[in-house]
Amino acid sequence: MNALQQLGHNALVALQRLGRASLFLWALLMGLPSLLLRLPLLIQQVFSVGVLSLVIVVVAGLFVGMVLGLQGYYTLVDFGAEESLGVMVALSLVRELGPVVAALLFAGRAGSALTAEIGLMKATEQLSGMEMMAVDPLKRVIAPRFFAGVLSMPLLAAIFSAVGVMGGYIAGVGLLGVDAGAFWSQMQARVDFYEDIMNGVIKSIAFGIVVTWIAVFEGYDAVPTSEGVSRATTRTVVYASLAVLGLDFVLTALMFGEV
Amino acid sequence: MTDTIDNLVVVRGLTFKFGSRVIFDGIDLDLQRGKVTAIMGPSGTGKTTLLRLIGGQIRPTAGTLYVDGHEVPRLPRGELFELRKRMGMLFQSGALLTDLSVFDNVAFPLREHSGLPEAMVRDLVLMKLEAVGLRGAQRLMPSELSGGMARRVALARAIALDPMMIMYDEPFTGQDPISMGVLVKLIRDLNAVLGLTSIIVSHDVAETSAIADYIYVLSQGKVVGQGTPEALRESDSEWVRQFMQGTPDGPVPFHYPADDYAEELLSNEARR
Repeated sequence: MNALQQLGHNALVALQRLGRASLFLWALLMGLPSLLLRLPLLIQQVFSVGVLSLVIVVVAGLFVGMVLGLQGYYTLVDFGAEESLGVMVALSLVRELGPVVAALLFAGRAGSALTAEIGLMKATEQLSGMEMMAVDPLKRVIAPRFFAGVLSMPLLAAIFSAVGVMGGYIAGVGLLGVDAGAFWSQMQARVDFYEDIMNGVIKSIAFGIVVTWIAVFEGYDAVPTSEGVSRATTRTVVYASLAVLGLDFVLTALMFGEV
Repeated sequence: MTDTIDNLVVVRGLTFKFGSRVIFDGIDLDLQRGKVTAIMGPSGTGKTTLLRLIGGQIRPTAGTLYVDGHEVPRLPRGELFELRKRMGMLFQSGALLTDLSVFDNVAFPLREHSGLPEAMVRDLVLMKLEAVGLRGAQRLMPSELSGGMARRVALARAIALDPMMIMYDEPFTGQDPISMGVLVKLIRDLNAVLGLTSIIVSHDVAETSAIADYIYVLSQGKVVGQGTPEALRESDSEWVRQFMQGTPDGPVPFHYPADDYAEELLSNEARR
């Protein structure tokens, strides 16, 4: 009986939290007009959320592309189809790995930082202090960070894919001797702008919204102690990563499925 | 009904419950304009909660409170924010924005609300910093300040918009004697010079008595004593005298409520 009660209690707590998170998202969206009047706030956050994530995204993209080049070559060469390496690398990246891996890295690099920063601002009464100065922290602190994340994520995913294609080129053409003309021309012929690239972009926008939403909400909702902030940061990375992977399945089924 | 001409803050029958815990149980307070009023009481009596109620950050369960004639719990958000521009609050931690320098912290409310040109903001910030003696520290970051300095910067920020009142949350806690002296002097002087109304929440009896015009003593959700510092020291209530004189035992027992001591020592029950 106790276990059952506990289950119900946990479910109620989780639902309440989801409700709070939804209201929170709504309030953030309402903060967009006033943010557009103060673009410097947004630009500053695009720098710390987006630009500072560039290094990890570029390096990871390069290596993921190179590994794709190697693994793809070893499989394709058995069928004499190594000329299709460019298509394989590009499709894997723009459809799946670009948005997904970039979002996972983004959750670890930028998401955790956002949660920790906002949580600590809460713990040190900075958010409360702003409220008492008649400044709405949702508009002044949270909204710029949220929209900076939403804006940065598709760009980071695009950069990841582009660098990944270069990585595949280095491994396939540079190291293994695939014909460079075939590599590029097949890629050009078979990668469709709407079907492949736009769907990838839509995915990365969805991931950007979900990851940043989780990150800023966990920070804002954190228990204002050092332990609470550390837990919130962990939760951000775990929830955001799982949400990205789960959402990816749903989006893939909708976009590329025949159902 | 309530005279809001002499009293800036009027509290009537204020009850606040946190879950099932009663923090305030129908308290009445009158805070006179231009005076320094102290709210005192042991730790955990919800003194900080009272400041949050006055600032409208939380709403009372029952009863009401007026600030400058406005009924705070019923104010719509826009008007509440307008009212808050005229209230300063000094948090215990200072609550400085850690990513901004001392100068930018003091400039923050001016830039957010005043719409003044930057040159004028600069002059105002320098004047406020001069008033708390930290004009020389304008380029430092909050992490480079001592606790006492951080509180003085926060004080400069709280008076940046020339408010009608300032609320101090435990301003003396954890200060060395010198910065304590500085803060005592600043609170008293600012109140007189700027014509403020000050509310101090504190449990430091000596410092608070030195500057308060009137003191309310709270305990267990009730006002247990009120009066001038001199009157309270001679209070009829044994409890208030114990608090004001800081004796370890009295109506407030030294021991946290527990089972019988001998019985617990002699019992064989293994400790969990």
